[in-house]
Amino acid sequence: MKSVLSAITASVALSLASGAQAETLRLLTWGSYAPDNVIEMFEEKYPDIDVEVTYSNNEEMIAKLRATGGAGFDLAQPSHDRIYAAQLEFDIYKPLDLSQIDTSNMTPKLLDGVKENATIDGEVYAVPHQWGTTGLMVNTAEAPDVKNWGDLCDPAYKGKTSMRLKRTILLATAYSLGEDPFAAYSDLDKYQGILDDVTEKLIECKDNIKAYWQGGDDLSAMMLSGEIVASESWDSTAYKLFGENPDIKFVPPASGALAWIDTFVLPRKGKADDAAYKWINFVLQPDVVELMSASTGAIASINGAADLLPEDKKAAVNAAFTDADIDNLKFFANIPPGVEDMEGKALEKIKAATGG
Amino acid sequence: MGSDIRKLSLLLLFLPFSLWILLLIILPHVGMVVLSLKEKVAPRVYEFGFGNYIDFFMEPIYWNTLIRTGLMSLLVTFLALLIGFPVAYYIAKLAGNRTKGMLFMLCLIPLWVSDLIRAFGWILLLRESGIISSFLLSSGLIDTPIEFLYTDATVIMGLVYTVMLFMIVPLVSTLDGMDNAMIEAGYNLGGNGFTVLRRIIIPYAMPGIVSGCIVVFMMTAGSYLTPILMGGKNSSWFTEQIYDQFISRYNWESGAAFGFLLLAFTSVVVWLGLKLSGQTLSSTVAKS
Repeated sequence: MKSVLSAITASVALSLASGAQAETLRLLTWGSYAPDNVIEMFEEKYPDIDVEVTYSNNEEMIAKLRATGGAGFDLAQPSHDRIYAAQLEFDIYKPLDLSQIDTSNMTPKLLDGVKENATIDGEVYAVPHQWGTTGLMVNTAEAPDVKNWGDLCDPAYKGKTSMRLKRTILLATAYSLGEDPFAAYSDLDKYQGILDDVTEKLIECKDNIKAYWQGGDDLSAMMLSGEIVASESWDSTAYKLFGENPDIKFVPPASGALAWIDTFVLPRKGKADDAAYKWINFVLQPDVVELMSASTGAIASINGAADLLPEDKKAAVNAAFTDADIDNLKFFANIPPGVEDMEGKALEKIKAATGG
Repeated sequence: MGSDIRKLSLLLLFLPFSLWILLLIILPHVGMVVLSLKEKVAPRVYEFGFGNYIDFFMEPIYWNTLIRTGLMSLLVTFLALLIGFPVAYYIAKLAGNRTKGMLFMLCLIPLWVSDLIRAFGWILLLRESGIISSFLLSSGLIDTPIEFLYTDATVIMGLVYTVMLFMIVPLVSTLDGMDNAMIEAGYNLGGNGFTVLRRIIIPYAMPGIVSGCIVVFMMTAGSYLTPILMGGKNSSWFTEQIYDQFISRYNWESGAAFGFLLLAFTSVVVWLGLKLSGQTLSSTVAKS
């Protein structure tokens, strides 16, 4: 009996001791944002930190953190427009200690943009990690004329286009109708007017759409099999397909591609802030950025990051963007309270309509 | 002393079940009721009220989707019964002992694979560049590829396939207990096949039919994967609305209200079904 007891005490003491030694960094991020080779390098540099990764998306990240009041993860990566309102409503993040983060090499435009979007009561809640755009993916051999969002509704490509039925396409369609939806965020009555036009347009368009895609995989399958010839798409998905079929190109729409920045935030009840800061600084080093971008296809928010893309992706980017396209980028604006409901209702109407 | 031990062992045997019900069923539901009765008035400010339920009735899209889900689920239940009954009858009454086990196994095997994989299986078969379409194309029966996916018919077929087993199992177990002499007596007294089926077999199988239908209807109305993956652009399923409220719109309050409305709706449909067919739970489900 005594030996059993002492064995138990010993093992408890051991686990306590090792618990004090090894810290765990619980990372909540997007698929492909924590490639194995980067994690291995990080754990080699910091042998006392274990990295645990959970893959998710914007909506689920916030739902997960809301369910626990910000516990269960030490570092999360929502997009820059998902910080302000989520923090106001649910109080799930904690302010960053910017002195712990090496911001000297970050692209000033992105850093300032994110800070502006994610500052509450003088406290900064997020810093940028990678950015990319949403635009059009076009099989240029089959559909050479697709240049703007509205062309997805061109009857010439009936049954051969696709889009994702989320808020992005609402905003994109608003821009293609000549409106500025983000400017209208401050006047919700006006925004409702824009949304009504957009809803009508997208319901008319429904007959032209083959199916709404849900994620990068089903979009890729439809595009590669030739079932569709043009679609709304993330640029990184298009770059991946460019490698398999050079006719498939990313086309920034004439009214401007929509740009998102994925950020780093600390969940409110995170327990390993030090490890989180180490990870942030680690993955923004140029040599690590190269590995990261190869996995994600997105561009890091440090100076000269476009040159750190792997060769095939660099070719795809150069085939897609001119400098004028970059100037024309529309960055997502903060979502004010109430807008999610308005946009959600519009999406429901489109989904429930029986098709034009 | 002896009775104390018996009481204690009864208590201990009952404990896991009651803990399960209390902690995993009752408590979360109470939490959801409370959540569904909160109205959001401003960020981090909530008021008690029925606003989330009123919203549901004010917005035709929501209750149309619920009714659509209900009707399609009824259709799926009916089709599953129509297809499942002959199969169950064959397994229970006509097949020999060894074939019986094998046939039952054949019904069970698809269940070893998850819903998701089965839905993807259908997608591979039915998509425009999929197996069936390219087979028809290469055999010269059609000139242009056909898209079989993304229609209501596909969703219903997929759902019937998913729930079939839950119809067959209770039917087999009730029909198994039926004495063959009853059927023989029916024929001896001059009944034809249809009369025997209508007057003898179906009444006897009623407990199995009712419990099978209830299980299948509930599973269909609450299913998520099959309608989403196979339904395409026009399929609205009520569970998708609940998911959207919870995840896309961060509106847990209204999502919780929708969840209870689905529960209430399916319960009412089951109750109506029992009333209309003149059955009660105790005379059917409790017996099967």
